[in-house]
Amino acid sequence: MTALLSLAINITLLSIILAMLLCTIRLLLGPTAQDRVLALDTLWMCAMLLALTLGIRFGSVVYFEAAMLIALTGFVSTIALTKFLMRGEVIE
Amino acid sequence: MIEFIKGTLLITGALFVLLAAIGLLRLPDLLTRMHATTKAAALGVILIMLASAMHFAEVGIVARSFAIIVFILMTAPVAAHVIGRAGYFVGSRLWSGTVKDELRPNYDPLTHELKSGLETHENAKRHPRDTDPD
Repeated sequence: MTALLSLAINITLLSIILAMLLCTIRLLLGPTAQDRVLALDTLWMCAMLLALTLGIRFGSVVYFEAAMLIALTGFVSTIALTKFLMRGEVIE
Repeated sequence: MIEFIKGTLLITGALFVLLAAIGLLRLPDLLTRMHATTKAAALGVILIMLASAMHFAEVGIVARSFAIIVFILMTAPVAAHVIGRAGYFVGSRLWSGTVKDELRPNYDPLTHELKSGLETHENAKRHPRDTDPD
């Protein structure tokens, strides 16, 4: 790994972690429950990107499986949470 | 050269994700926040996925990263639509500077019925066709 790619990965990791921090602030602050769900959705996407970037950093392929699983569960949990907010129950 | 392209893709994607998070924190109401996060975060995911596919450059990894890209492109609009629908359903407040709310005159917040403006007696009649079973 060259110095250029290492620098790029460090900048990427830093800005993703900063984005996760901002999402967490909105998650704690959010005036309505929908804002919290939206922040959680974005936080989930950031976690997936963090796993991917760490995979590039450590040169490991295993992180790809983790990213795929995080993407799948993130979507399902967002849908379940909004269904709960609209109907009051998830499985009718 | 390939390192330069990979680094550029990584940094651009990360900046888009950061921009989405800043928009999520700074914008005034639910719908504008949604507009910031969905598009920018999806673009950031696509760019970082491309960078990691270029980094490993194996068939399985490239196929998996394209699968994740397609999955994100399919699910991000659905999730945003559902969140926005849930927000409108419970009547969350819009920003005070909102110019137009097209749903407001046609939507009944108590019964959750949406009118199309075509509910006439003529349209309510049934017009059976010859091919209908019975």
